[in-house]
Amino acid sequence: MAATDTKEKIAALGEKYKYGFVTDIEMERAPKGLSEDTVAFISAKKGEPEWLLEWRLGAYKRWREMKEPNWARVHYPKIDYEDAYYYAAPKTAEKPKSLDEVDPKLLETYKKLGIPLHEQMALAGVAVDAVFDSVSVATTFKENLNKAGVIFCPMSEAVRDHPELVRKYLGSVVPVNDNFFATLNSAVFSDGTFVYVPKGVRCPMELSTYFRINASETGQFERTLIIADEGSYVSYLEGCTAPKRDENQLHAAVVELIALDGAEIKYSTVQNWYPGDEEGKGGIYNFVTKRGDCRGKNSKISWTQVETGSAITWKYPSCILRGDNSQGEFYSIAIANHFQQADTGTKMIHLGKNTRSRIISKGISAGQAQATYRGLVSVHPKSENARNHTQCDSLLIGGKCGAHTVPYIESRNRSARIEHEATTSKIADDQLFYCTSRGIPQEEAVALIVNGFCREVLQQLPMEFAVEAQKLVGISLEGSVG
Amino acid sequence: MLEIKDLHVAVDGKEILKGLSLSVQAGQVHAIMGPNGSGKSTLSYVLAGRDGYEITSGSITYKGEDLTAMKPEERAAKGIFLALQYPVEIPGVPTLTFLKTALNSQRRARGESEIDALGMLKLVREKAKSLGVKEEMLKRALNVGFSGGEKKRLEILQMALFEPGLAILDETDSGLDIDALKVVAEGVNALRDPSRAMLVITHYQRLLNYIVPDRIHVLAKGRIVAEGGKELAHELEAKGYAEILKETA
Repeated sequence: MAATDTKEKIAALGEKYKYGFVTDIEMERAPKGLSEDTVAFISAKKGEPEWLLEWRLGAYKRWREMKEPNWARVHYPKIDYEDAYYYAAPKTAEKPKSLDEVDPKLLETYKKLGIPLHEQMALAGVAVDAVFDSVSVATTFKENLNKAGVIFCPMSEAVRDHPELVRKYLGSVVPVNDNFFATLNSAVFSDGTFVYVPKGVRCPMELSTYFRINASETGQFERTLIIADEGSYVSYLEGCTAPKRDENQLHAAVVELIALDGAEIKYSTVQNWYPGDEEGKGGIYNFVTKRGDCRGKNSKISWTQVETGSAITWKYPSCILRGDNSQGEFYSIAIANHFQQADTGTKMIHLGKNTRSRIISKGISAGQAQATYRGLVSVHPKSENARNHTQCDSLLIGGKCGAHTVPYIESRNRSARIEHEATTSKIADDQLFYCTSRGIPQEEAVALIVNGFCREVLQQLPMEFAVEAQKLVGISLEGSVG
Repeated sequence: MLEIKDLHVAVDGKEILKGLSLSVQAGQVHAIMGPNGSGKSTLSYVLAGRDGYEITSGSITYKGEDLTAMKPEERAAKGIFLALQYPVEIPGVPTLTFLKTALNSQRRARGESEIDALGMLKLVREKAKSLGVKEEMLKRALNVGFSGGEKKRLEILQMALFEPGLAILDETDSGLDIDALKVVAEGVNALRDPSRAMLVITHYQRLLNYIVPDRIHVLAKGRIVAEGGKELAHELEAKGYAEILKETA
């Protein structure tokens, strides 16, 4: 029995990261390393206006003076920023006008990822702006959205077609000099997604973008900007995967959300970047800045994230509750297995009156992984009647992993009411035995128990992605027991 | 159906079962009675395959197959079912989801087709009704906040769903008032079947008024020390374990 066990295990290892394939397509790259020339090269490649080039160069200068942050509970060898490519795009003569013109190899890649780019999309009611390395290659459902007046396009296209909107909002939530990684992104961002939902419009479908890092030694720096005008609503989902590689790859994205009066933005992430192998070799460094600004009164921004991938995760999707009566939500599942490190959480900045925020964080650690929740709830002096509820639960699987909770609470208004609850638990032997004795194999039992632990957060995901996320929870914990 | 021969089991290096032999035929209900610490629960865990219970010698066969090399989930698929004394809570997992996952795992292991959500709901409803398990209970997280009676009823519901060849009921009467006990006992009796064997493990004679066994074995200090028909239970109740143990010593 032992021999077949081992064979099965080896087979399973190969299966485990099913997105770990590489698509062989000719790439066009910027010269290695980072300089003003690199920045200018990227800007020129994208045919950008002068103001954006200056904006990038300004960011580059600031970045040169900045230091990499070291306060997070993550450890990694020093990154050599001169030893990476900052721009890579599939070599095609012209931009494809329709899916038929897209390189079949690219479409094949998407198929392997399980992204339904064709007719299925209509049934699912999902529009996908697929980002392949740095250039968006296919945008579907534009027409349907056009009818509703919703703009959903690659960032580079928005710069060309809607410069006034981009110029007004870009960097207005995450300033150019915000932090080391965001500033780097501002200098070299290559593409990303732009969404604008006009006044009073409820976006007719879930918007979705799949990001994928393909070329080796390439950082990916997307930039996402979503603006929900007065009284509008939009739900957006991003899914992320990257192929297996031995070296570590940097992913430093910036996402900015702006909700004006009475608008609501729901932003969901299923992050499944390559986490590295069982020994901790390779994997993505996911250093991302995500922030939403509830700029208008009665506005709402809700973040939901399922973080199962990446060697290191450093991200704190936050809400600035500027408008009176605005609401911010953060629902998070972070799973760290083997040698993964996750330092994630949120910031809720209460500025307006009667603002409310809710934080539910579920951290799961297995193997020798470390998961940290880091959060800030800050109530400013003028924020009357601010309310926050935070619930922070950690689950440990096995005896070599760690879970840490670092909540910061600042209240400068006496009317604030802030609640913080935290629990730490282990999957108990009797829970596992109960499941196995009823016929459920051990790994499935772990997935079942963990999914139960995460239920409150999974319920926040759009239906069609909740099922995928549940499966992902199971896959990412394979090999965590026994 | 179940054949246990000279079974020795150690937990943390300490021998708990010291040469236990037992044989149960299909269609029969056997009761294991014994004082606290006699090894009753150890026997039930060993049969279900729980980690940490080391068989140092002896054998267990079920339908002629060696049980000891099988994992718990393999035993479940083969038809072994253990109703626990203390059913475990699993937060966030709806009871119905758990039942479906368990039943389909067993079916998959046997090469049978899986049952979809709708079929499952129908099946569970049918079985739940007679046990007084309310539909609302199936939506709640598994055993979380359930009363003692609800937990035990859910165990019997699982037994009805899985249709095991050998059902082991470990102290199913503990923590039940008389009404709940009756409901549970009726559920168990309804599952008596010529193709099924049952092993009822209990400290008290009370349960055996409702689930009348074909045979009673008295377990003490890791061995079967007395055996008899259902009347043995009354004798035990009247004299107490100490007396019986003295007589058999």
